[in-house]
Amino acid sequence: MAIPFDYETLRLIWWLLLGVLLIGFTLTDGYDLGVATLLPFIARTDEERRLAINSIAPTWEGHQVWLILGGGAIFAAWPFVYAISFSGFYLAIFLVLAALILRPVAFKYRSKHDDSAWRSRWDWALFVGGFVPALVFGVAVGNVLLGAPFRLNSDLRAFYEGSLLGLFSPFTLLTGLLSVAMVVLHGAGWLALKAEDGVVMDRARRWGKIAALLVIALFAIGGVMVATMNIGYRLEGELDPAGPSNPLWATSVPAAGAWLDNYGRHPWMLLAPILGFLGPILAYAAIAGRKQSLLFIGSALAVVGIISTVGLSMFPFILPSSIDPHSSLMVWNASSSHLTLWIMLVVTLIFLPIVLAYTAWVLKILFGRVTLDDVRTNPDFY
Amino acid sequence: MDLAVVELSRLQFALTAMYHFLFVPLTLGLSFMLVIMESIYVITEREIWRTITRFWARLFGINFVLGVATGLTMEFEFGMNWSYYSHYVGDIFGAPLAIEGLMAFFLEATFVGLMFFGWDKLSKQLHLLVTFLVALGSNLSALWILIANGWMQNPVGSRFNPDTMRMEVVDFYSVLFNPVAQAKFVHTVSAGYVTASVFVLGISAWYLLRGRYTALAKRSLTVAAAFGLASSLSVVVLGDESGYALTDHQKMKLAAIEAMWHTEKAPAGLTLFGLPSVKDRETRYEIKIPYVLGLISTRSLTGQVQGINELVLHAQERIESGKLAYGALEDLKADRTNATARATFEANRSNLGYAMLLKRYVPDPRNATADQVMQAAWDTVPNVPVTFWLFRLMAGLGFFFIGFFALAFYYATVRRFDVKWFLRAAVIIMPLPWLAAEMGWVLAEYGRQPWAIEGVLPTFLGASSLTVAQVWTTIAAFTLLYSALAFIEVRLMLAAIRKGPDSKRGRDLASGVEPTDAGYAPLPAE
Repeated sequence: MAIPFDYETLRLIWWLLLGVLLIGFTLTDGYDLGVATLLPFIARTDEERRLAINSIAPTWEGHQVWLILGGGAIFAAWPFVYAISFSGFYLAIFLVLAALILRPVAFKYRSKHDDSAWRSRWDWALFVGGFVPALVFGVAVGNVLLGAPFRLNSDLRAFYEGSLLGLFSPFTLLTGLLSVAMVVLHGAGWLALKAEDGVVMDRARRWGKIAALLVIALFAIGGVMVATMNIGYRLEGELDPAGPSNPLWATSVPAAGAWLDNYGRHPWMLLAPILGFLGPILAYAAIAGRKQSLLFIGSALAVVGIISTVGLSMFPFILPSSIDPHSSLMVWNASSSHLTLWIMLVVTLIFLPIVLAYTAWVLKILFGRVTLDDVRTNPDFY
Repeated sequence: MDLAVVELSRLQFALTAMYHFLFVPLTLGLSFMLVIMESIYVITEREIWRTITRFWARLFGINFVLGVATGLTMEFEFGMNWSYYSHYVGDIFGAPLAIEGLMAFFLEATFVGLMFFGWDKLSKQLHLLVTFLVALGSNLSALWILIANGWMQNPVGSRFNPDTMRMEVVDFYSVLFNPVAQAKFVHTVSAGYVTASVFVLGISAWYLLRGRYTALAKRSLTVAAAFGLASSLSVVVLGDESGYALTDHQKMKLAAIEAMWHTEKAPAGLTLFGLPSVKDRETRYEIKIPYVLGLISTRSLTGQVQGINELVLHAQERIESGKLAYGALEDLKADRTNATARATFEANRSNLGYAMLLKRYVPDPRNATADQVMQAAWDTVPNVPVTFWLFRLMAGLGFFFIGFFALAFYYATVRRFDVKWFLRAAVIIMPLPWLAAEMGWVLAEYGRQPWAIEGVLPTFLGASSLTVAQVWTTIAAFTLLYSALAFIEVRLMLAAIRKGPDSKRGRDLASGVEPTDAGYAPLPAE
C-alpha cells in the first residue's frame, strides 16, 4: 500500500503532534501539578486540604496518561529524542519519576488513616509530586533551548558529557521557575472552576495573582535572554527534509539569537508569544474582576502560548547538541521511518478523538463544584 | 561498553519490572472478577452483590495505584538505561508502547476514577459498563506490551537500514500478529486471572475460618473457584501454545529449557527430571517421557527438535556471515555509494546481530579469531540449569492450580464451605501465583539472553552510556522507595481486609445479618 503522505509532511505532522501531546499534558495534568504545589499554601485544615485534593482526585489518573503517552509517542515517532534525552538527563528524569511515583500513592493512601501525622506526610508527598516535576520539566526545556552536551559516534550511539548539576544555570532556573509559575496559575484556574468559593479559593486567587505576574515577568526576561545571550543554533548547508534519519549528515552551528529567526521569516508565529503574554494578563484581570471561568481560560492560553513559543522558536531543531555540530536532532533527521510515522498517525487519528470524547463524558458526569460539605459527607471522597 | 553499567542496568530493569509485575496480574484478573460480581448485582439486584463488588473494588484500588505508579518507570526506563536499544529498535518497539497508551491506559485510567467516584452518579448499568471498560483497558494494555515483548523474542516484519543504523519496520501486520506475541498475551492474562482467583479465594477462606463476613466470603469463593478453574486450565493449555511458538522462533530457548544438548531422533522425549551440567554439556539422571516433547512442540511425529550443540554450530555460521555484513556496513559508513559493499551487506544482513556478539571480545568483529567466534557462538546458549528448573517449577505450579481450583469448584458446587484443611491451604498458598508469574517472566527474558532482540541486538550493546555511580544511585533510590511503598501497601491491604466492607450496613449484609434499616431503595452510600 502506498503511503498517502510524503515523508516530509509526516515529519511535520508528528512535530505538531509532539506539541499537541506536551500541551495536552500541561493543560490537563498541569493543573493537577499546580493544585498539588499550591496545597500547603492554600489549605491549612484537613477539610480544606481534602477539598483541594478532591477537586483533582477523580481525574488526575487519566491526565497522567498524557505523560505516559508522551513517552510512548516520542519513543515511536522520535526514537533519537527519546533515547538521548532520557539517558542524557538520567538523574533529572529519575527525580521526576520518583516524585510522580509518590503522587498516585499519596492521593490514594492519604485519607485511609485518620491520623494527622500520616496525612501531613502524604500532603508533603503530594507537594513534592507537583512541584518537582514542574520544576524539572521547566529546567529540561531550558536545557533543550541551550543545547545538550551529547555526541553521536558512527554507530549512532549517544555519549552524554554533562551532569545533573550542569543542568542548572541562570537561564534554565528561569525556565524552571516559569514552568512552576505556569502550572500554579493553571492550578488556581482549575480551582476557580471546581472548588466552592470560600477560604481555599480566596488563597488560591492570591497565589494565582502572584503566579500570573511571575509568568509575565519570567517569560519576558526569558525572551530577552534568548535574544541577547549566546543562545540558539542554525542549520548550515542543505538538509533533505525527506532524507534518512541520520543526524550525522547535517551540520549545525551555535548562533546567538538564532531562536528568533523564525519570527522574521514567518511573522504569524508571533501569535504564540503574544498568547503567552495575553494568557496570564487575562488570568490576572479575571482574578481582579472575580471572573472564575475566565481565569481558567487565561491560564490555559498561557500554557498553549508558552509551549508553542518554545517549539516554534527552535524549529526545525528538537534537541541541539552543544558539543558536536553533527549530532543535533532535527525534525528532518531524528524521526522514525516513513511507514512507522504513517501507521502511528492512523492509530492516533482513530483513537485520539475517542479518548477526547470519553474524557469529556467523564468530566461531564463529574461536573459540579466540590464543597466543604461534600468533603464532610461523601464517603467516596479521598 | 562498560560491562558493569550493562549488568547494573539489567539488575535495575529486572528489579523494577518484577516489582511492577507484583501488581499487574492482580489488576488484570481482579478487574474482570469485579465485572462478574457487579454483573450479578445488576442482574439479581441483590444488594449483597453490590457490597461484595465494592469491597473487592477497594482492594483493587489499593493494588491498582501501585501498578500505575511503577508502570511509569517502565515507560521511561528504556530511554534512561537502554538508550542504544531505544535508538536501534524504537522504530518498531516504540509503536506498541504508544498505542498501549492511546488505546489502553487512557481507557483504564480515565474510567477508574469514575468507577470509584461514580457509584451515586451513574445508573447501575452504566456503572457496570464503566467497570468493564477498566477491565478492558487493563487487559488491552497487556496485549500491547506483549506485542512489544513478543517482537523482542521473535523480531518479525523488520530489517536493518544501513542509512539510519537501526532496525525499521517493513510489515506492521506481522508485528501485530506475531505468533509469539499472541501466545504470550493469552498465557499472561490467564496467569493474571489465576492470581486474582487465588487472592479472592484465599481472603474468603480466611473469613470463613474466622466465621466473619461469611455471606460475602461464600459468594466470593464461589466466583473465584469457577473463574480460577477456567483460568488455570487456560494458563496451562495456552502456555503449551507458547511452547509451540518457541519451536519455530526460539529454538535455543526451547533446547535450554529441555536441557537437550544433542538433537534426538524425532519425536523427542520430554525430560521430567535431570541434572543439567553446563561444564560437561550433558544432562545426567534424565527421566524422560518418550515422544512427548516432539509431539508438543512440533505437533507431529516426524518434526525434529534441535539440540544445543547443533544450534551452536548454526550460530557459528551466522557469526561468520555477520562478520561480512559488519565489514560491508563499515565500508558503507565511509562511502554511502559503494555498490559492492551494499550488495555484500544485503546478502548477509540478517546475520549482522550475530557479528555484534563478538564485540564482547574484540572491538572490531572483523578481526575476531576462530576461538573468539566459537566463544561468541557458545554465548548464544542461555543459562541451561536456570531455565530448565524455572520451567519445571512454573509448569508444576500451573498443574497444581488446576487441581486446587478443581477441588475448590467441587466444594463450592456442593456448598461445603467448612472444610477446614482446604480453607487453611487456600490461605497458605496465596503467594504461589505471584511466584509462578515472576518465574514465567524470568524464564522468558533470562532465556532470551544473550539477546535483547533475539538474533538482532545483544543485550550488552543496548545499554546507555551511563556511569556505574549513576546507575547505583537509581538502584539504591528505587529500592528504598519501592520497599517503603510495598510496606505501606501491604499494611493498607491487611487493614482493609481486617475491616471488611466499609459501612455498618455493608458489614451486616456481608455477615448474613439482615440490616436493621432494611429496605432496598434508596441505597445508602457505603
